[in-house]
Amino acid sequence: MAADIDHREVVPSLARRATDSVHRFFDGDVFYSFRRSPVAMAAFAVTLLLFFVAAFAPWVAPHNTDDVTTLNLMNARFPPWGFTDPFGTEGVAQFLLGTDDQGRDILSAMMFGLQISLKVGFASVILAAVVGTALGLISGYVGGKLDSVIMRIADIQLTFPAILIALLIDGTVAGLLPRALHQDLKVYVLILAIAASQWVNFARTVRGSTLVEKNKEYVQAARVIGVHPVLIMIRHVLPNVTGPVLVIATLSLALAILTEATLSFLGVGVPVTQPSLGTLIRIGQQYIFSGEWWMTIFPSLALVVLVLAVNLLGDWLRDALNPKLR
Amino acid sequence: MAKSPLLEVKDLRIEFPTRRGTLVAVDGVSFDIAEGEVLGVVGESGAGKSLTGASIIGLLEPPGRIAGGQVYLSGRRIDNLPYEEMRKVRGREIGMVFQDPLTSLNPLYSVGRQLVETIQTHTDLDEQAARKRAIELLGEVGIPSPKVRIDQYPHQFSGGMRQRVVIALALCINPKLIIADEPTTALDVSIQAQIITLLKRLCSEHGAAVVLITHDMGVIAETANRVAVMYAGRLAEIGPVGEVIQRAKHPYTHGLMGSIPKLSHATERLVQIEGSMPRLTEIPSGCAFNPRCPKAFARCMVERPDLMQVEKSQVACWLYDQAMERTGSDG
Amino acid sequence: MAEAVQARRPDGAVPLLRVGGLAKYFDISPPFVTRALQGSGRSILRAVDGIDFEIETGKTFSLVGESGCGKSTVARLVVGLYQPTKGHVEFDGVNIAGLTTRKAMEPVRKRMQMIFQDPYASLNPRWRVADIIAEPIRTHRLIEDNRDVLRRVGELLEHVRLSVRDGEKFPHEFSGGQRQRISIARALASNPEFLVCDEPTSALDVSVQAQILNLMKDLQRELGLTYLFISHDLAVVYHISDFVGVMYLGRLVEWAPADEVFHNPQHPYTRMLLDAIPDLEMSGRPRQAVAGEVPSPIHPPSGCHFHPRCPFANDRCRSEVPQSLPRTGGQVACHAVEEGRMPAGERI
Repeated sequence: MAADIDHREVVPSLARRATDSVHRFFDGDVFYSFRRSPVAMAAFAVTLLLFFVAAFAPWVAPHNTDDVTTLNLMNARFPPWGFTDPFGTEGVAQFLLGTDDQGRDILSAMMFGLQISLKVGFASVILAAVVGTALGLISGYVGGKLDSVIMRIADIQLTFPAILIALLIDGTVAGLLPRALHQDLKVYVLILAIAASQWVNFARTVRGSTLVEKNKEYVQAARVIGVHPVLIMIRHVLPNVTGPVLVIATLSLALAILTEATLSFLGVGVPVTQPSLGTLIRIGQQYIFSGEWWMTIFPSLALVVLVLAVNLLGDWLRDALNPKLR
Repeated sequence: MAKSPLLEVKDLRIEFPTRRGTLVAVDGVSFDIAEGEVLGVVGESGAGKSLTGASIIGLLEPPGRIAGGQVYLSGRRIDNLPYEEMRKVRGREIGMVFQDPLTSLNPLYSVGRQLVETIQTHTDLDEQAARKRAIELLGEVGIPSPKVRIDQYPHQFSGGMRQRVVIALALCINPKLIIADEPTTALDVSIQAQIITLLKRLCSEHGAAVVLITHDMGVIAETANRVAVMYAGRLAEIGPVGEVIQRAKHPYTHGLMGSIPKLSHATERLVQIEGSMPRLTEIPSGCAFNPRCPKAFARCMVERPDLMQVEKSQVACWLYDQAMERTGSDG
Repeated sequence: MAEAVQARRPDGAVPLLRVGGLAKYFDISPPFVTRALQGSGRSILRAVDGIDFEIETGKTFSLVGESGCGKSTVARLVVGLYQPTKGHVEFDGVNIAGLTTRKAMEPVRKRMQMIFQDPYASLNPRWRVADIIAEPIRTHRLIEDNRDVLRRVGELLEHVRLSVRDGEKFPHEFSGGQRQRISIARALASNPEFLVCDEPTSALDVSVQAQILNLMKDLQRELGLTYLFISHDLAVVYHISDFVGVMYLGRLVEWAPADEVFHNPQHPYTRMLLDAIPDLEMSGRPRQAVAGEVPSPIHPPSGCHFHPRCPFANDRCRSEVPQSLPRTGGQVACHAVEEGRMPAGERI
């Protein structure tokens, strides 16, 4: 059965390891459970579509809303195609979902806004995941006083909502730096603020899993062999605690996008020149009472769909990686 | 056999449908138990002994299902009963003792409350009488000062004492049959001896039959009247305990007995059965034991042996079929 | 070094491992705030409470006892997974209990390895078998060239009767017995002289247990290994051991050559354990059901820990801790034996 395997090749080459892992993934339980879950597949399709649209916004969008020179105030506040606004203006096919008060095409603005939202979301989740996983790993593996210190910091962190931290950091940065620089740094401030509110989740979960793994015999075996504690953490414990990290990362992504939208809605988010979905909703909501609903409804719908899809994906992943529910 | 047996299992087959095809975990297992008899079911992990026990009481975990065969209790077929009917049978006629006493006791209720509730569900005793009966039972299974202990919670009992409570719980319905799945495995040797003695005494006093599922030959040797040896979901050998242990017929049983270290004589090397039990996905054709069997021959590879009478035991092995044919033609 | 010379015994046998006054206490008290609120003091679990034994080179010394007696803690103290509270662990004349840094331990690490109980937890599920076995070699840089490392891994796999090609598989592709072989191959990778085996067969089926026990005996003969073997199964211990120590609630109550312990047991607890073994010979010997249970190690009985379950206990046993006294080939700690109150035990 294994006669075709080269006898000298005790450990396969890197290339074979890679193809092996791909094969094992598609043959594995996670992929099987994915194929069996229509909700997961639909959520994945929607997420993928939105990611694609966001990534290729400059090429896919009908108008380049980033370029201010193409804007024409004469085009402002057109209703969606096929609708008539309270003032009798009819929508045109050129602006499928209508335009905003600056004359920007809503559909295109949404695509660019999605890009910003996802950029901020991914960046903050990655930052939170890296910091949280590292701190959780150290806290759980080393234990003792260091563990207490890290976990108390996490507790204190939890008492501040993300919005408060964002306002705090934003205010500090605004006070310390010149205004122009502050505008440039706004996105990073936002990422930092959201990451600060999310690392605790990662740290706590990873610490919990680490406490379990640390007492397993393969870790003790590594200690008896004399492996350096840092290497034990990285090579032995880390690969075995990544499952939950992936789940939290997915669920945090949805939360990060929402937080970003909230902060942008409140005006402490990304600068108006680069509107995210939250900024679009904020701009649009000023016009909702005059009957120009499209400016806020379409970006809101996009936000809801995105967050729902990512959340459903995260839920499925949590179940798929949990052997007890299988 | 003048009387019909208490429990009769006929040609039991348990399947697990998986995405890689259907696994047959138990295949063509038949045995019966007379009243008051203790039948030991031994086998290594994966032999299907626990599944057999679970299927008798209708507690097979899905996706596992009984795919064939029948189970009769006192002549009444019970394997196809609807859930509610089966629950009544479990409550009134069959008791259970599991390996881990913690899983059979609810940690949130006192031991007394669990006993009283079980007694009241299955009899028409009032609370006072049920409590009195519960105290009697705790005393009977050897729990000291039962009047105090009855109001304590499972975590206040030690492992051995918990197993006694579980036995009391199984006995409070006066079952005709007790299924004991590895009842002593989680316990220390000295406690194990106490529980075995208790189980034996209670069976003879209450006249209940016991299916004792275990991997420990020592426990079987001390407790069982008859023993069934399972391998890869099939019965390899079944017979009186002395016969099977001291004059094992099936090569697997023989190897199994030889692989147990003994205190009576020091040996340099233990008898070892090469290889390991096949996974359910890879059960060989013919006799399931053929790849590990030192005596296997051509017929074992293709044709599956059925149980055949050899002296006082029944053995599923072609070695004995040959012998019988030869003696048959000689005579 | 003077001590090492002293350790040489008149019969010329050199102990590879000497354990003296070894103790490990665990502080299991609730957190400070809870303690302060409840007014409760600290509670100390004396998992191992001052034990002495020595293991000769090339021999197998087994520790037996019921759960909670501290035998696994001894194993972990010996390999340095725990720091002892008191006492010393002398390996080849060097007290390793005093070596607190990883650097200082390194020369000993190569010479002493451990085999664990649970074959499903002792191998990292995300590593290939070849990488698992190569870990000690790579950690100590015993072989530099990677091809040579893999060649050595192949040899080790064949040594434990697995195939060279098994190296590229993952642990989940193996049965429990095969995993235990992988564990043994990993333990042998750094050419150790001494193996600590913590219940290596208790998670295995009997037929597989026989394979592993035979393999361990073969390896001992081929490589001249010394074993510290931890088990609760007396029959297994009798089969594999040269010397046996019996533990009860953190203390070593008796140790002697295996034949002595099994055929001429002195301590009442040893006798009780032997009586409790199921009788496979069906000789009709009544199995003695012993009264009582192992008390909690947090609040052990005064004096001799065994006195509440002992049929020979008197007032002295209840108040005074028995000291180890010489017996044939070993030691026993029992007042009744010392005073000659014990009836002669007839065994097997």
